[in-house]
This record gives sequence, C-alpha cells and structure tokens, in this order.
Amino acid sequence: MFDYIWLIPFFPLLGSVINGLFGKRFLKSEALIGGIATAAIGASFLVSCTYFFRLLGLGPEDKVHEVVVASWMSVGQLQIDWGFLLDPLSALMIMVVTGVGSLIHLYSIGYMHGEEGFYRFFSYLNLFCFAMLMLVLGNNALVMFIGWEGVGLCSYLLIGYYFHKKSAGDAAKKAFVVNRVGDFGFLVGLGILFWTLGSHGVWTVNFVEISKNAHLLGTGSAVVTLVTLCFFLGATGKSAQIPLYTWLPDAMEGPTPVSALIHAATMVTAGVYMIGRMNILFAMAPSTMMVVAIVGAATAIFAASIGFAQNDIKRVLAYSTVSQLGFMFLAMGVGAFTAGIFHLMTHAFFKACLFLGSGSVIHGMHHALHHAHLHDDPQDMRNMGGIGKKMKVTYWTFLISTIAIAGIPFFSGFFSKDEILWWAFGSTRGHWALWLVATCAAMMTAFYMFRCVAMTFWGESKTHPKAKDHIHESPWVITLPLVVLAFLAAVGGFVGVPAVLGGSNRIHLYFEPVFGHAQEIFNISAHGSKSTELGLMVFSVLVAATGISIAVYMYVKNPTLPAKFTARFAGLHRAVFNKWYVDEIYDALIVNPCKRLGTFCWKGFDVKVVDGVVNGTGKLVNACSRALRFTQSGYVQNYAMTMTIGALVILAFYVFR
Amino acid sequence: MHAALPVHNFLVLSAILFAIGTFGVLTRRNAIVIFMCIELMLNAVNLTFIALSHHLGNLDGQVFVFFVMTVAAAEAAVGLALMIAFFRNRESIEVDEINMLKW
Repeated sequence: MFDYIWLIPFFPLLGSVINGLFGKRFLKSEALIGGIATAAIGASFLVSCTYFFRLLGLGPEDKVHEVVVASWMSVGQLQIDWGFLLDPLSALMIMVVTGVGSLIHLYSIGYMHGEEGFYRFFSYLNLFCFAMLMLVLGNNALVMFIGWEGVGLCSYLLIGYYFHKKSAGDAAKKAFVVNRVGDFGFLVGLGILFWTLGSHGVWTVNFVEISKNAHLLGTGSAVVTLVTLCFFLGATGKSAQIPLYTWLPDAMEGPTPVSALIHAATMVTAGVYMIGRMNILFAMAPSTMMVVAIVGAATAIFAASIGFAQNDIKRVLAYSTVSQLGFMFLAMGVGAFTAGIFHLMTHAFFKACLFLGSGSVIHGMHHALHHAHLHDDPQDMRNMGGIGKKMKVTYWTFLISTIAIAGIPFFSGFFSKDEILWWAFGSTRGHWALWLVATCAAMMTAFYMFRCVAMTFWGESKTHPKAKDHIHESPWVITLPLVVLAFLAAVGGFVGVPAVLGGSNRIHLYFEPVFGHAQEIFNISAHGSKSTELGLMVFSVLVAATGISIAVYMYVKNPTLPAKFTARFAGLHRAVFNKWYVDEIYDALIVNPCKRLGTFCWKGFDVKVVDGVVNGTGKLVNACSRALRFTQSGYVQNYAMTMTIGALVILAFYVFR
Repeated sequence: MHAALPVHNFLVLSAILFAIGTFGVLTRRNAIVIFMCIELMLNAVNLTFIALSHHLGNLDGQVFVFFVMTVAAAEAAVGLALMIAFFRNRESIEVDEINMLKW
C-alpha cells in the first residue's frame, strides 16, 4: 500500500545528483537548475500528501507500516534493512519537511539569483532534504543515523556556502564539530541499547522491535537512564540545546533559505523527532525526562535573554529558534509528546516564514544599499525602520508569524505553546517551576519578537537617505512562500484545539497510535481541573500581551528608553549582548586545551617521536656505513688478507671441533 | 721395495711453501713478485696432490695436477697482460698504486 515510499527520499537525491554533476557545465539556466530541484522536492511532497491522507483513512489499529526495500546487513540473528516506517509521526514529519522544503526551494530561486554557485546551492539543499527524509522515515536506528549524519554534513556544506569568507568557514566547522559531540552521544546510546537488548537475546536496531522489547531493560533502571541520556546528548547537539547550542547563532553565516530550512524547520527538529520516535524508552526513564525538561526550560529562557540585545535580525531569529526548541524539549520532557511535535509543526511554519521574511528584508536592504554604493550592514536592524510601508507583503506575513510565535489566540503558536505550558504545570511528570520558567520565556519571546518587528518595520526609517527610497518589495518567488507559510502560521493551530476550549484536539487523537501506549502504561497525562487549564491559558495570553506592550512602549512610544536602559544596566547589557560569554568560556575550557593537545601531538609527538624514529633509522644506517666504509680501501692485498683470514677461521673451526 | 718417505714430510713441506707464498702475496708490493708467489702457492698445492696420490695409490691426484698447471699458466698470462696495461697508464706496477676503486 505504501510501496513507493522510497520515492520520497529518492527524488531529492536524484535532483541533488543531477544538479551536482551537471549543474556547473551543462545546465546553464538558473530556472532549469532551480526547477529541477524544486520539482524533485515537490514530487516528494505529492507522494507524502498521498500517503498522509491514505494513512489518515486507515483504521486506528492499522497505523504502523514498514516497507523494506532491501536488506543491508544480515549477520546471524541481526537483520538490518534499508527500511522505511510510516506511522502518524513520520507522516507528519514528511509533510512538514517536504511541504516547507518545497516552499523554501521556490523562494531560493529568487533569493539566490545571480549567485555564482547557484547549482551547488540547490544540489546541497536537495541532498539535505534526502538526508532529513531518511532520518524521519528510517525504520531502524542505523538508517536514521545515516540521515542524522547527512543533515549535519549538509548543514556544514550550506553554512559554509560562502566559503571565501573566513567567518562562514569557521561557522561551518563549528557547527559540524559541535554536532559531532552530539553524534558521539547518539552512537554510545545506540551501542549500549543494542548490547543490552542483545544480552536478553533480542538483537535488533529496528524501532518497532526496540519498542516491543524495551520492557526487558527495566523501567527506571540505570541502563535505560544511561541510554536515554546518551540519546538526549545527541539531541542537544543536533537541536541546539544547552550545552551544545553555540553553533546555531554562528550558522546564520549561511544564506537565509538555509537558515529557514535547516535551522528552523527541519534539521534542528531532528532531536525532538528522535525522542518522539523512542518515546517508550524515555517514558521508562523518568530521571532522563526530568533532565530533558529542565534543559529545555533553561535553554528556552537563556536563549530568550540573549535575543533581547541582538541587533542582527537573523541572530534574533536564531536565538528565538534555540528558545522555541527549548519549549519542544520541555514538552517531551514532561511527557507531552503530542504537544512537542505539534509545536514542532507550528514552529516550522512561523519560524520559516520569519526567516524567509527576514531574507526578503535583507534582500531589499542589500539592493538599496548596493544601489547607493554604501557598505552598511543590510542585516543590522539599526539601519532599518519603516520598512512596513515599503514591503507590504513581507511586513504582513512577518507580523502574522510574530503574532503566532508570541502565542496570541487563535494563531497556531497559541495552541501549541499553551498545550506545552499546561502540561508543564499539570503533567504527572511536570512541575510548576518548569511552568514558571517557560512562562517567563514566553513573555520574553513576545517582547523581543515585537522589538524586532518595531525596529524593522515600524517607525521612521533609519536607513541612509540615499538608499531608503530604493527599498521595494521582493518578486513573487519570494513573496508567495511567505504568504503560504503565514497562512499556515495563522490557521495551522486549529488541528489541536484543546477540549477545554471546545475543540476535539484532533492532533492528540492523530498521535494516539504513536504515543498512546507509553502514556497509558506510565500514567503520563495532564491532570487538573478545567478552570485551572483555562486560568493558565488566560494568564499566558496576559503575559504575552504584557511582553508586547513593553516592546511597543520601548520601541515606538518612547524610543529613547532602550538607550537609557542600556546605559543604566551597562554590565548586564554587555553580558547579554556578548551571549553571556559562553563561547569564550568554551574556548578557554575546551577548545584551547584541545588545540594545545593537538599541537603537542603534532610538535611533541609526531615530529619528535615518529619522525625521530624514521629519521633516526636513516641516520643509524648512515653511521654504520660510515664505519664500514673503510673496509673498501681499494688495495687488492687488503682484500686478499681478508680472504686469507676467513679461510683460516674456517680451517680452525674444523681443526678444533 | 725400499721404504718410502712418510707422507707427512711432503705435506709439511707443502704447507710451508704455501705459507711462504701467502705471505708474499699479502706483503710484497711488486706485482711480478706477487705473481711469482701465487705460482709458489699453486706449486705447493701440486706437491700435496702428488704426495697424497702416491700415498693413497690413486692416480686422480696426479691428473688434477695437470689441470692446476694449465690454470696457472693461463692465469699468469692474463695477469701479466693486465700489468702491462696498467704500466702503460701509471709507469709503475706497485700494487699500492692500484687504489682507485674505493669510497
């Protein structure tokens, strides 16, 4: 029934190969290259839609389907296949990845116009989509890991797209290395899981098999806690949580469509998806879930604080992403798996729209500044202002997405974020302190996002007078995806209207086959009265409104206030502006010692010991030969003497034997 | 039959001659003298062969002497030719001066 599921990752792979191999010489037209890439991911989207709706139509017992294309490794009892798993979780993920991916591919045709490496961009972007789809569709941990590593690689390739710039190359390396630390966690976790299950006689890495046999590990045991912690380490790397989030703000060096696709909608959600996929294991480890929730909440508030003081529009959005991912992990940590994935989806919509919108603004600013031969930074919000009047579509779509992220009813972010907050408060694995931290983070989100809108789109233009009249709206290939995403950001939440507001919470029912089992066995649910839930909802709306009004007051009504604040709290501002010096701390504690170790291995060991031994052998041979040289004197009589002595020695041996 | 001399006498004489010849080859500078010493060594060996041949009653030793003499003659001819060629280059046949094939 789902036999052609392999086409979903295959189409982008094909597109990547065609553009990669033939793009430079043979496919000279931008439209052709972009067209091939967009058509590839578009085709994946069509297949994904077909299968999504087909899956919806099946009965509740019939929601998990595995399609094995070929056998990969078959060793004794262990069977690892090139297999794909279609269930409600992966079906939603492929819709998000291919849907948002198609829009971003279309957008990129306009955005990357004129770039020299045009074909290279689309080849990498398609390759990324292939890897991400393998990640979410894989039916076993190894196929998932192929995708896991693949998205890390493509992230490196795309962040370092402008490889002539040193900062881009550095950012790409940083992303890859920090990701790698997480990947190590993933592998260690997988290894321990495999070995422990194997010691009970179950040799498998297949997800369905793991879920069926997870009980063998023992609920709450040290093993399952260790395994899930290791997997969570992998998630922190891929999804930019404390302590491995430092790569994401630097990743803004890549082109904006890359930031939208990889660092907002898809790659960074891989960690959340992974926890969703392995929900049984996590449900069995309450300690790990508490760690996940705490890290998620801490990251949410920590990243939000840094967003307060950033001036680069993409940096604000980057820290916002880290913060929202914190919310998703908070959800997964308190057992609100549905809410976490729901927020993943709504976040994909509004964050992609925000990033693409910022790209449209940067595009417009860049053209205007270029036209006026100025070198101001087109990404600095202090050079913007009043753009709302000049780029109407961009402005309205950006505003809609900002309202969604702030959690204003009834936009998508409201439903998903409130679900998370409710579960943080009322779940059997939640805690009111987590709710409090998350609510603070929500208020901060509303504040800094509206600060961003105010500085960019409202008020008077702070752009250089020569340039500001040349700012105009972007072409349709850029604005159409914005409109579609803004629409989804506005209405996408209605699949999850909670019961307390009179809705049927369809998304919860949708995920029942995936998460229901774990939540039932381990009694993970949000309990509390309806009035509490409504009360919390109202409170969070008030909190968001407060954040927005403060932002409006500080940036529209009384624009001198921010400068006064900065002057009054100079130390705090400096700390927040410099990202709480985390990068500097990591440099001092980890990066520089590693560099010193590497330098020692190079100069102290490789040069002195290894080269020393090799060169020393040569010198030894040299010295021996210098000594033995003297036997070759050239005098025949010396040679005759040697022969005579030799003969005498042999003779003596026989005489005296 | 009158009593033959014991074989030892011949063998010792041969050894002494061989030793003298070896000493000469290793010590003398003049190439012709070295050749003469080589001849001396070869003849000492011939003496050994003949003495043992008579002692063992086997003619093989005496036949071998012919071979040795032939080789000695040929070798002397070649050696002297070599020395003439060398003399034409160096005006001397001191073996001390033949030392260019060294490091």
